[in-house]
Amino acid sequence: MRVELVKRPQRSALFSALSPFIALLLTLLAGAVMFLFLGKNPADALYYFFIEPLLETWSLHELAVKAAPLILIGVGLSICYLSNNWNIGAEGQFIIGAIAGSILPVAFPGFQSPIVLPLMLVMGIVGGAAYAGIPAWLKARFGTNEILTSLMLVYVAQLFLDWLVRGPWRNPEGFNFPETRNFHAYAILPEIWPASGRAHWGFVFAILAALVLWFVLSRTLKGFEVKLIGQSPRAGRFAGFSRSRMIIFAFLVSGALAGLAGISEVSGAIGQLRPAISPGYGFTAIIVAFLGRLNPLGIIAAGLVLALSYLGGEAAQISIGVSDKVARAFQGMLLFFVLACDTLIHYRIRVSRRLVAKPIEAPAGHA
Amino acid sequence: MRTKTTFLALTAAAALGLAAAGTAEAQDDPTKACWIYVGPIGDFGWSYQHHQGLLQVEEELGDAVETAYLESVPEGADAERAIERFARSGCDIIFTTSFGYMDPTNKVAAKFPDVKFEHATGYKREHPNVATYNSRFHEGRYIQGVIAAKMSEAGVAGYIGSFPIPEVVMGINAFVLGAQSVNPDFKVKVVWANTWFDPGKEADAAKALIDQGVDIMTQHTDSTAPMQVAAERGIKAFGQASDMIEFGPETQLTAIVDDWGPYYVERVKAVREGTWEQIDIWAGLAEGHVVMAPYTNMPDDVKALAEETEEKIRSGEFDPFTGPINKQDGTPWLAEGEVADDGTLLGMNFYVEGVDDQLPN
Repeated sequence: MRVELVKRPQRSALFSALSPFIALLLTLLAGAVMFLFLGKNPADALYYFFIEPLLETWSLHELAVKAAPLILIGVGLSICYLSNNWNIGAEGQFIIGAIAGSILPVAFPGFQSPIVLPLMLVMGIVGGAAYAGIPAWLKARFGTNEILTSLMLVYVAQLFLDWLVRGPWRNPEGFNFPETRNFHAYAILPEIWPASGRAHWGFVFAILAALVLWFVLSRTLKGFEVKLIGQSPRAGRFAGFSRSRMIIFAFLVSGALAGLAGISEVSGAIGQLRPAISPGYGFTAIIVAFLGRLNPLGIIAAGLVLALSYLGGEAAQISIGVSDKVARAFQGMLLFFVLACDTLIHYRIRVSRRLVAKPIEAPAGHA
Repeated sequence: MRTKTTFLALTAAAALGLAAAGTAEAQDDPTKACWIYVGPIGDFGWSYQHHQGLLQVEEELGDAVETAYLESVPEGADAERAIERFARSGCDIIFTTSFGYMDPTNKVAAKFPDVKFEHATGYKREHPNVATYNSRFHEGRYIQGVIAAKMSEAGVAGYIGSFPIPEVVMGINAFVLGAQSVNPDFKVKVVWANTWFDPGKEADAAKALIDQGVDIMTQHTDSTAPMQVAAERGIKAFGQASDMIEFGPETQLTAIVDDWGPYYVERVKAVREGTWEQIDIWAGLAEGHVVMAPYTNMPDDVKALAEETEEKIRSGEFDPFTGPINKQDGTPWLAEGEVADDGTLLGMNFYVEGVDDQLPN
């Protein structure tokens, strides 16, 4: 007996739309089972995990702080993934954006003026885009595998940041701790509504970016080009679209948004550079992009859900004493179920009893 | 465990603009004490010892206290959220137990004047509700140096550092001074792991040092990995933060044990009785904040010398940083009989003579 996946002739539009919700529901069920095994009341656990962080104003602010970089990076990645460019290096583009944006407050702390913050944001965007330009150029020019090059550049960026904060950029008054001086007041991204919490303008940037990209993708020729080249490069060529210009375009947009996320996080939430400025936002954003079905509006929702899982993990740790690893397990299950649901929308399972050797249709090539 | 109604009540309070109000303390309500750890409570080092302190508070104060903790909280944007969450969830006193929580602690403290904050190993007390506490671990380091010089045949010890901050540099210097009191030519090799807790990196550092010929291992990082590597390779080692004898029954000479329990009990009681005041405490062997694990795996004469040294420091008869001491480059630092003041020690950014390492700067 063997089990095989057979491509469905037609996929259900209804289930395509429902799939993230089904995945979410399955994650909740699996989570409940997990809590049961941990000896906790599943209802309580899920309440602390998913409801409690939404009940207080300050907590909503924290949600926005956590979701902002995920959404910003996620919408950028959607352009890449829709056009069949596998940018895995958003984490590195985030870090280089943060570094480029921090040049003014760290290396020139004496330069204090209202122009500093806008310059920092621009430099962050340029830095992230330039860093994403490296794998893009290598792919367009030499046909290198962008998955490998973009991923490896992440480690280069992390080590570069590490060297900077331990070496030339270390705070002279910081007792040798590996961190830069604190940003001065002009270099801090303001809070949106300071009276009630610390959500900063990074969240506004994220929403704006998502809206603009949603418009571009669904209402403009450029959006059509992105999707056409992604789905059928041959058809794209006939339509007169350049594949290599699309590679550069997608990477630059995605890198620019990751860079903006980086400088927003550093200047809005942290206030200095440290050896680690991102708890893996660039990688989590890949989950966010797919959970949001590569649709910028869906990515806003997906970013909020992922951010909630971090906050919920803390709430559950304090209130019912589960380990901090549970939040990670939740995120893993969520991605697993999203991909599983998607696979089952495109393919159906066939169990055959005959032991005949037949070529197996692999569930590859689905984006 | 908190109930849902409390959260709803809190939400209502926030909606009324009372978000910053602390909890009113009625004598009958348990005092809520909360801890934030940088590592997992199972690190058997730094965070483990703080958690032992929490357990002692629970044991001694019983129903009068309610406790909570968060482990593995990264230093950075997440720390501020974790501390604020505690402040809002009704904690009366919050212990933040890593240097990197210094700015977040002070930021949150500004918003919650009725909650007490205690930051370990830091120096910023920007608000009257922030206290700082630390221990004179270097007193134990000096004793370890004495033992190392007695036990080592190679005349060189390996030292795994975390970050080159004054706290750690001070420890290295005290260790060297202790060793040189026995063997003036004793050398120390330092490897910076650049982490507080990373068993893999710490084990690699230990192996590298052993390959360079050291036969005594000491560490200022929090995992038991260096002790385990030392045990495998058959050299002697010192435990860090907690008694690590289980991980090297034939290996551990002694360990500096951080005993935070008595301090935590005292401070939580002070909150309960309304006598809590901002302080900056730096206590050592004399106050019982630093305790030496039993002296094991050494001959009796070495043990006797170690005990004698410990007693001299405890009684105040001797300070590890007593001149004459030269800096690494040979320039004089302390004259004969001169004792370093606390301010200099807390900002220490230079090595004394005999350290085989260049301080990163």
